[in-house]
Parts: sequence; structure tokens; C-alpha cells
Amino acid sequence: MLAAASAAAKARTKIRIEAVSKSYNGKPALSRVDLELAENSFTCLLGPSGCGKSTLLNMIAGFVPPTTGQVVIDDTAVAGASADRGVVFQEYALFPWRTALANVEFGPLMRRKPPAQRRALARHYLELVGLQAHEAKYPTELSGGMKQRVAIARALANGPSVLLMDEPFGALDAQTREVLQEELLRIWEQERKTVVFVTHSISEAIFLADRIVVMATLPGSIKEVIDVPLLHPRDRSGPEFVAMERSIKQLVREEVQKLGVM
Amino acid sequence: MTTAVETWVASEPGEQSAGKRERRTATLLRAASIALFFLIWYAVALLNAHVIKFFNPILLPAPHTVLFAGIEMVRSGELQRDILASMSRVVQGFVLAAVVGVAVGTAVGRSRRLEYLVEPTIELLRPIPPLAFLPMMVLWFGIGEMSKVAFIAYAAFFPIFTTTVEGIKYVDPLLIRAAASLGASERDIFRYVVLPAALPNIITGLRIGFGLSFFVIVAAEFIAADSGLGFLINDARTFFLVANMLLGAAVIGAIGFIFNTLLRRLEARLLRWRKDARG
Repeated sequence: MLAAASAAAKARTKIRIEAVSKSYNGKPALSRVDLELAENSFTCLLGPSGCGKSTLLNMIAGFVPPTTGQVVIDDTAVAGASADRGVVFQEYALFPWRTALANVEFGPLMRRKPPAQRRALARHYLELVGLQAHEAKYPTELSGGMKQRVAIARALANGPSVLLMDEPFGALDAQTREVLQEELLRIWEQERKTVVFVTHSISEAIFLADRIVVMATLPGSIKEVIDVPLLHPRDRSGPEFVAMERSIKQLVREEVQKLGVM
Repeated sequence: MTTAVETWVASEPGEQSAGKRERRTATLLRAASIALFFLIWYAVALLNAHVIKFFNPILLPAPHTVLFAGIEMVRSGELQRDILASMSRVVQGFVLAAVVGVAVGTAVGRSRRLEYLVEPTIELLRPIPPLAFLPMMVLWFGIGEMSKVAFIAYAAFFPIFTTTVEGIKYVDPLLIRAAASLGASERDIFRYVVLPAALPNIITGLRIGFGLSFFVIVAAEFIAADSGLGFLINDARTFFLVANMLLGAAVIGAIGFIFNTLLRRLEARLLRWRKDARG
């Protein structure tokens, strides 16, 4: 039962968030956060909008610099985006002028791989997400779920050790979301990456994560870190799952109330 | 796995026959539009000449008279010479405007400071109709080819420049982030993200610029030229050859139509990834 949690405890630290805070124009968006993420762990940042979870992810990605503190990955401080940290966005962010295959080829192209190798890599990862039959299609010809599969394949084709996902399934319908959650776990078990996954869905976080970082609002900060000891595949209607869902819901509700929207 | 994927494949619209019928109707109506235009022209010209003399028939020759005038001018080689003269000016002026407009537009779209430096002057000049500068251009560049090429380039520059700046400036920042997280350098981002993202804008600017080149060449050739389609029209006016004047206008229309169609085809090909470029 506790296998996942103890394995995570033994693994070495991959991402270290050291006294990181962020303010925009003097307004604090995220107050001091300290967090250590183990190698190959799956962490969900959970909270309502305005808790700074996307801000934190963007700082790990290197898109925005922290106001104070630093993010350290493999003993190197983050200073800008890097090919070693793949990012998957809620809005897919596919290049609309590139076909599915050419989108997946983008990373290898940036690393100046020869064309044949690029193509082979891209085909491999498109197959991993089950889209080999759609490689010649442009993003406008793909459904939302398919676009996100392409985006995941594109991030993986670069062979990053960290995968950052910013509410990747937030724009999808419930059925597609569940299918993609299962596939993401399958891929994660196969590829072994350190995953940081931002979501506001409690059941999504419990279904996916080893650890859930529940975030507080006003200002954004860490409220509680919860290990999820359930074995995969997790049963969404199992008693432990439901009990966990209920207790986390209580935590999140307190934060939403602080925002005054309920 | 496969079954799951198949469930999520976007469904194709299954109304192909209805679409085909719609397209046939569209083609038919378009042909009818042109036929109706000539029919009315014919009717007005013939009725005026033979039934009720509303105005001097010399003022509106029938379509076939214009056609005969055209055949006559092709035989003498005059029409080919004028088309070639106008086209060579348009192409030279347009290419100059395209190169300068895209280059300066890209630079301004990339640099906020350069934008502050360049934009006010451009905004000051832009509302002045290019025609207002034509007499000056003739004074500065003489009555030779130079003044006409410069005039066309000046007129076509503005739309090309403006659309290029917009295209470069408003690239989706998320795409730039995505590229950066995939290992793209500043240079890569410009070449593989900013330029392709701005391409639809740039192409639109080029198309408008080309149309404008065509638009202004006739005026330039009215003022100072001894060849070209504008000269043809103006020259025919001094001799009261109304059929030749109409012929000049018709040839300009035909060339403009052909080029616009070709440019649209090229656009649809280059931008085949856009849904709206397919139709």
C-alpha cells in the first residue's frame, strides 16, 4: 500500500524549490515556497485559480524568473527555458502551420538532428500516443484530445527528464480527460520522467499523483503536502479514493472561500 | 488503445453531395453575373444607337466595337507594348516595396524602440493619398521610368509595412514559450515561429500592395508617359477614341483579375494549414 510513497522517499531530489516567491508590480502572487521533488515522481499542484500554481510551474519551466529564491534542477539553478524540461499547455500551443508529425519533430529539429532521425523519433512518439494514423494532419483538423496527444508527444520527443503540465486536460470533455489521464500514467511508467502537473480537479490529482501539493490563496502558498499511497491503477470510486477526495475538498473549499466567490 | 483513439477522431461532415450542389449553383450565378453585365452594356449601347438617342452613341460603343479595337491594336503591336510597359513598372515598383516593406516592417515589429522612432512619421505620411506626391515624383525623378517605379513603390509600401509589423508583433506568446521549452534559440524562434506565424499577415499586405501598385500605375501614366495602359487611355482621349479608352480599362481589369486569382491561389497553397484558406 505504501510502496509508492516509500519509493519516492528513497529517490534522489530532482527539483528543489528554494525560498521562491513571485510578485507582479509589488503585488504578491506567490509567497515563499520551499519544496523538494524526487526524481521520477509525479507531483500535482492543486488549488483554485489565483493560488499561484501556474506561476510556480512557469518558474520551474524558466518562463518567468522568481522575485526571490531559486529553482534548482540537478544542482543547476534555472535561468530560462530548456529542452530538458518539456512543457504541455492547456491551450495545446501546437504550431498551426506544422502537421502533427512536424510538430513532434520540432524539438529534434532545434537540436539539429539529421532529418531521418528526426522523422523516426517523431513517428515513435506519435505512435506512443496512438496518433500514427494522423501524422499528416494539421492541428485545425484534430480534435482537442488529439491535439493534446500531439503536444505530449512533442514534449517527449526531446527526451526531457522533467515534464511540466499546466492544466493539460482542463479544456477537454470528461470522457476524453479520463482516457488521457490513464494514458499519461501508462506513458509515465514507460518513460520515467519527473512530472509536475497543475490542476484544479481534485479527483484528477488523486488519480495521477504520488504527491499532491494543495495550494493556498491570498497570497498563493503551499497549504499542505499530501502523499497518495494508493496503488495504480486507482479506482475512482474506491472507498480510500473517495475519502481522500472528501478531505482534500474541505481543504480547497477553505481557500476558495477566502477568495469570496462562494 | 486503438479503439480509444478512433472514438476521438473528429467526425467528417457527411454532406458532400449538398456541398457539390451548392458549389455548382455558385459557379452558375457567378457566370450569370458577368453575362448580365455584358447584356446590359449591349442593351444600353444598341438601344441608344438605334432606338432612342439618349446621348451621343460615340460615348458608349458596344462591347464588340471594343473587341475589334483590341484586335486592331494587337495587330499593330501597340497593345502588347503598353501592357509590357505597365507590367514592368508595376513589377519593379512592387518588388521594391515588398523588399523594403517586409524588411523594415520586420525590424519595427521586433524592436519597440525602432517602432517609436519610425511609426509617427509613417502615420503622418500614410493618410496622404500617394497621388498627391506624383507631380513631385516627376520633378524629382524625371519623366522616365524612375519616377513611375518610385511612385508605385511608395504607394505599395504602406500596406505591406503595416501588415508586416502587425503580424510580427502579435505572434501568440504561448507559441514562443512552447518553442523555447523545446530548445529553440532566439534565432530559431524568429525563423521557425515568428516568421511562419506572421506569414498570413505578410501575404495579405503583399496582395493589397500589389493591387495598389496596379491602381496607381494608370494615374502615373496619365501624367508623364509615352507608353503603358494609362498612356493608352489618355492618348485615346485626346483623339476621342472611346472604344480604345474602354479597351485600356478592360485590359487593366483583366490583368488585375488574373493576378489577384494567382496570388490567392499562392496564398491558399502557402497557408493550407488554415481552415479558412481551404475554401
